[in-house]
Amino acid sequence: MSLRTPLGRVRGLGSAKEGVHHWWMQRTTALALVPLTIWFVSSVLSLVGAGHAAMVDWLASPWSATFMVLLIVATFYHMQLGLQVVIEDYVHNEGAKFASLLVMKGVTFVLGLVAVLSVLKIALGG
Amino acid sequence: MASDNRPLSPHLQIYCPQLTSVMSISHRITGVALSVGTLLLVWWIVAAAAGPEAYDTAAGFIGSFVGYILLFAWTYALFYHLCNGIRHLFWDAGYGFEIETAYTSGWAVVIASVALTIITWFTGIVALGGSS
Repeated sequence: MSLRTPLGRVRGLGSAKEGVHHWWMQRTTALALVPLTIWFVSSVLSLVGAGHAAMVDWLASPWSATFMVLLIVATFYHMQLGLQVVIEDYVHNEGAKFASLLVMKGVTFVLGLVAVLSVLKIALGG
Repeated sequence: MASDNRPLSPHLQIYCPQLTSVMSISHRITGVALSVGTLLLVWWIVAAAAGPEAYDTAAGFIGSFVGYILLFAWTYALFYHLCNGIRHLFWDAGYGFEIETAYTSGWAVVIASVALTIITWFTGIVALGGSS
């Protein structure tokens, strides 16, 4: 017995064709993180020994803030995709797997959001 | 559905580690370690937004002995994951699957990640010496 509607079957619908979405997003964010990571490391090096005022001054410039937000978004997106695979590989109990995935996605989302909002607060002169 | 000729996962107790397999699991381990490391990144940025006092607390921890150890470990993990990630992207594009190439690119990643870590810390220490 098929649960698909006759209209869906005749139109060839079924798969949402998004089976490789996770894979693509992990690679896309990885590619974006290559230049962003190099930018981040060199920026941090230029801030070595600098105090609060110098750091805020640097982060408040539009390009720094833009790249920092991009770095945070790409990092946390990439990170939750990666941690998802790790959890799916090692947590075999369905309940525990579901719970740990929910907690992990929630925590990464909150951490990413608070970091982005902090950058925006500095960039917009809060 | 038991079958004798299905592939088995390696028995880890008797499995002889190779560069390629060790690097594979290291990619995952550094990925998880870097996830924990993002806590430091978030703390740094949130503290900067919170004000000079909070920033000094965060910077004080990062500049402490424990902070330096963590930062050094995360610098290596970052460069390892970055370099090996590029190696993975080449595989995803269909290149470098020959055994010999996999070993050459593997050693290239090991050398590059160590070199980048040393260069970064050397630059940082020189900058710190110049700023104080």
